[in-house]
Amino acid sequence: MRIAILGFGSVGRGIARSILAKNLDITVTGLADSRSGIIDPAGIDLAAALARKENGGPCGGPDVTPGDVVAKADYDVLVEVTPTNVDDGEPALGHIRGALRRQKHVVTSNKGPIALAYPELRALAETNGVFLKYEATVCGAIPLIHAMQEGLAGNTISRLYGVFNGTCNYILTRMGEDSLTYEQALAEARELGYAEADPTYDVEGIDAGIKLVILANTILDMQTTLDDVERTGITLLTPEALRLAEDQDCTIRLIGEIVPEAGVLRVSPRIVAKEHPLVVEGTLNAVTVETDLAGDLTFIGKGAGSTETASAVIGDLLYIRERHVQGS
Amino acid sequence: MKLEMRDRPGQLVAALQPISAVGGNIIAVIHQRETPAATEALDVQIVLELPEGRLSRLLELLREQGVNVVRIDEERLLYECTLIMIGHLMHTDLSDTVGRIDTTGSAEVTELSLVMPAISSPSSARITIRSTTRTEMKKAIRILRSVAEQKNLLIIEPLEDT
Ligand SMILES: NC(=O)c1ccc[n+]([C@@H]2O[C@H](COP(=O)([O-])OP(=O)(O)OC[C@H]3O[C@@H](n4cnc5c(N)ncnc54)[C@H](OP(=O)(O)O)[C@@H]3O)[C@@H](O)[C@H]2O)c1
Repeated sequence: MRIAILGFGSVGRGIARSILAKNLDITVTGLADSRSGIIDPAGIDLAAALARKENGGPCGGPDVTPGDVVAKADYDVLVEVTPTNVDDGEPALGHIRGALRRQKHVVTSNKGPIALAYPELRALAETNGVFLKYEATVCGAIPLIHAMQEGLAGNTISRLYGVFNGTCNYILTRMGEDSLTYEQALAEARELGYAEADPTYDVEGIDAGIKLVILANTILDMQTTLDDVERTGITLLTPEALRLAEDQDCTIRLIGEIVPEAGVLRVSPRIVAKEHPLVVEGTLNAVTVETDLAGDLTFIGKGAGSTETASAVIGDLLYIRERHVQGS
Repeated sequence: MKLEMRDRPGQLVAALQPISAVGGNIIAVIHQRETPAATEALDVQIVLELPEGRLSRLLELLREQGVNVVRIDEERLLYECTLIMIGHLMHTDLSDTVGRIDTTGSAEVTELSLVMPAISSPSSARITIRSTTRTEMKKAIRILRSVAEQKNLLIIEPLEDT
């Protein structure tokens, strides 16, 4: 199978390393970062590209743009792993459209295009007879979308709730464990690389909200946008509030929740019994799905990380290869 | 609530099955020993929790089983919900916040723990509300949400559906 990768950051490089390490029989024929690109029908030397990138250089040459890779490279699947833009999804959205129009499958970890334009993209994929897969957009390594679309097909989902943001979970874990203030816990999360310099997207619940929108729109037959999510972040939480919860064997977690029948999407700090399976430590993610046939299921795993997220992307790639790609 | 019945042989067993059938939860079974043995029937009290609206169905099932219910003692305020509030709770008149729930008549604040770290910084409180019915609980929480919005307080609700 031949793929083209847009974005050579944490996720893109994780994919390249896994392909190198695991002999997955995947050839990369196109690659681009924000400043450069390479197209090579015979297969790009990934080890060399990784080395260039790790030395602070571009992955390819300045004369090849991401648009060139999308339009001209010879690939079966476009792997779109550039930064998330929640306002208009660009430039990823345009690149995904371009690949689908060329009858290329698309696998992405980018939440923007999926949250904003799934119905359109899905229709475009169907018209062109190709797959659009996005497992990595929600909860990193946890195969939640696959489980809901395949394993739980036939179930009606009455409620879905969980910990969708590892950064917030880390901060709340630390506030509970050691009575840190929000500011102290955030500083620690930054030091460990769990929080961005500007943590707004995580701590205000935007990231969790957009994941709810993706699940609602792509699996639960809802039509929602980020504005439909009732959203409260964790910035005002106090160590005293965590202590008051702990006095009753509970703690506080940022919970994303969807109740399809009531049309409810909300992200807010909630009191949760400590023994509840959703109370996971550190940067883990955990999601409970309430269904009619299968009962309640809880998924726990790493919601982010280079190889963890690559795992979800590779799962999608191999899914497509099994079902569609010939001659690989 | 409490159910009292005559303890004839087999009656207790006959009473337990319908309780679980309607989703009830038995908290205690108490034998009243003062009844004279000569009547050959002891009084039995069963203390149980019952989801709302199931009482008449339970009584019907008990009658079918031949269980003779002597007395029903319904206890109020079966629904309980604990929330946490964060903000300038004292400056925004905590007793008014509590009062707005109490004045509903069917829900009341039964417990409040307040932590105030420093005069100028926000305080945190754990508040327990009890109500007679689920609907009243929902109403009380709606009131608390709107008070919180007016007073710029953060309300942390439990994960369980309230
Ligand atoms: N990291 C995770 O654990 C994780 C988990 C789940 C989902 N995701 C999602 O996966 C995507 C990638 O995340 P990441 O952590 O790998 O991000 P990252 O480390 O910031 O890397 C982004 C890469 O995209 C490149 N890029 C930026 N703008 C581009 C453009 N217009 N065209 C082509 N390439 C462009 C960057 O180029 P330069 O190298 O030149 O800067 C960089 O190589 C994001 O949408 C993120 O939300 C990430």
